[in-house]
Amino acid sequence: MIAKAESPSGQRHSAGAQLILRVLQQFPPYRWTQARLLRWGVRGRTAVIAIPYFWLLLFFLVPFIIVLKIAFSETQIASPPYQPLFQWAGDKVLEIKLNLGNFMFLFEDNLYWKAYLNSMKVAFISTLLCLLVGYPLAYAIARSRSTWRNVLLMMVILPFWTSFLLRVYAWIGLLKNNGFINNFLMWLGVIDQPIVMLQTDFAIYVGIVYSYLPFMILPLYSNLEKMDLTLLEAAADLGSRPFKSFLTITLPLSMPGIIAGSMLVFIPAVGEFVIPALLGAPDSLMIGKVLWTEFFSNRDWPVASAVAIALLLLLVIPIVLLQRAQSAEARGAHR
Amino acid sequence: MSNRVPLFRISALVFGFAFLYIPILLLVIYSFNKSRLVTVWGGFSTEWYGKLFANDQILSAAWLSLKIAAINATGAVILGTLAGLALARFGKFSGRTLFSGMTTAPLVMPEVITGLSLLVLFVAMEQFFGWPQGRGVTTITIAHMTLTMAYVTVIVQSRLSTLDDSLEEAAMDLGARPAKIFFLITLPIIAPALVSGWLLAFTISLDDLVIASFVSGPGSSTLPMVIFSKVRLGVSPDINALASIMVLLVTVGVVIAGFLMHAQEKRRQRDMQMAAAGGK
Repeated sequence: MIAKAESPSGQRHSAGAQLILRVLQQFPPYRWTQARLLRWGVRGRTAVIAIPYFWLLLFFLVPFIIVLKIAFSETQIASPPYQPLFQWAGDKVLEIKLNLGNFMFLFEDNLYWKAYLNSMKVAFISTLLCLLVGYPLAYAIARSRSTWRNVLLMMVILPFWTSFLLRVYAWIGLLKNNGFINNFLMWLGVIDQPIVMLQTDFAIYVGIVYSYLPFMILPLYSNLEKMDLTLLEAAADLGSRPFKSFLTITLPLSMPGIIAGSMLVFIPAVGEFVIPALLGAPDSLMIGKVLWTEFFSNRDWPVASAVAIALLLLLVIPIVLLQRAQSAEARGAHR
Repeated sequence: MSNRVPLFRISALVFGFAFLYIPILLLVIYSFNKSRLVTVWGGFSTEWYGKLFANDQILSAAWLSLKIAAINATGAVILGTLAGLALARFGKFSGRTLFSGMTTAPLVMPEVITGLSLLVLFVAMEQFFGWPQGRGVTTITIAHMTLTMAYVTVIVQSRLSTLDDSLEEAAMDLGARPAKIFFLITLPIIAPALVSGWLLAFTISLDDLVIASFVSGPGSSTLPMVIFSKVRLGVSPDINALASIMVLLVTVGVVIAGFLMHAQEKRRQRDMQMAAAGGK
């Protein structure tokens, strides 16, 4: 039965794989590594786990610990521009200097408070707008004929494959004072003075909604697509109007998709740098931009690290929400 | 219910796709604009494409970005496949929670934080071990691999968890060694997932500005870094030309991939029908 399922195409694939295996086994470093690992008692299974594990520990976890360390150390004019946190203070006593100054600085300086609050506000409004644009689209795709669905979905993802930077750039040309939208509206005679749109918060909202729309649509679509439509039929049979059925059935059932999509937009939007830098006002306060400036212009690594830690703490709640929504979706899929 | 004309759905589709595509369309149209002013139409011209291909800074940055993206994607697919395999097939192992947390966290981490933390790591490593010496292509590639392997892991893991492992078990019962099972059975089955993972890792790397800016050194400006410094000063038509070329490449690539996947899906269905007919 299984042998029959492996049709010609299957055989072609495994012939290729067999070739890869043959070549690998003849390849001296592979054999050497295999023999060496086996002598150390490392089985293939252990190696499969250990290689990515080690990579992530080294390049993902350890960096955070270092950032945490730098956030608690003092600035100095040197390279690297911070003082070591651990020092051997004579007699082999490890001295740990915790300097809360950087965090106190964040609390005291209004700039950081404003930047955090403004980032949250901008991310929240953009997420809401993204949901307003994305939900109808995801809904329409999920309820189209199945032959159309994949094409429409591909069309949603297609812009995502082109450069993010260039998609943001496209909006500069649209939103400028003598840009496309203003020219069009003036040609129509709706306005006679250009509306200032570029370098405002509005431009940042548009940029975020435009760039992150696929992140909103995909989880919503996968939720709406597997919804049990017989529930809606039952409601219709019992005399419920479509709009009421939508509010009482579809909307509550799509909640995990709404939460997952919203968090996937909200989390990166809070720390966004490119969009406020290109579309926002030069003095627009977004925390990603503040961190960038502290780091690249002021070269104050300890304060930049403290900003990063504080940003991470702010994002803990949305990240937990996202994981809960995703595991709820996964459970729903297995049911 | 379905014979009500879905006016709402049609308008949602029209509005949504107009929003997604009009900016890109305008970008492409204005790349053929003769006028230097990007928003005033001054007649058809391809001079900006000529200017683009005469710009050494952009060309060398593009070549550097392509190289980094290709190396990164290959490394990310290897690491991500190992990680996805471990998460989907190995059941419980010690440290699994931390491991799965670390594979998904880079997906949601703000880029500024990832970039900053990797930079301080590289600086600390250089202090202690003398490696990497300075920052450049190597550090950008490592940083991108850390980010993009997370995407590959998710793709491989979800592909493996939707497959039942009966084929692998059958091979094991027949005495095949694990490495052989992986190369002869698992790898061919997940090959399409690996291809899409590679492409995704490639695109993300090609597109990344923030992380690359943190971990790059003098003389290693990637394409997004060059574009960003140009765009910051204002709109310029040769960037429109560059964008149009990228849009064209991506569209062609996605359409071809779509056709290939469609053909493969058809072949798979035919195979399954044949198998079902043979089984009777």
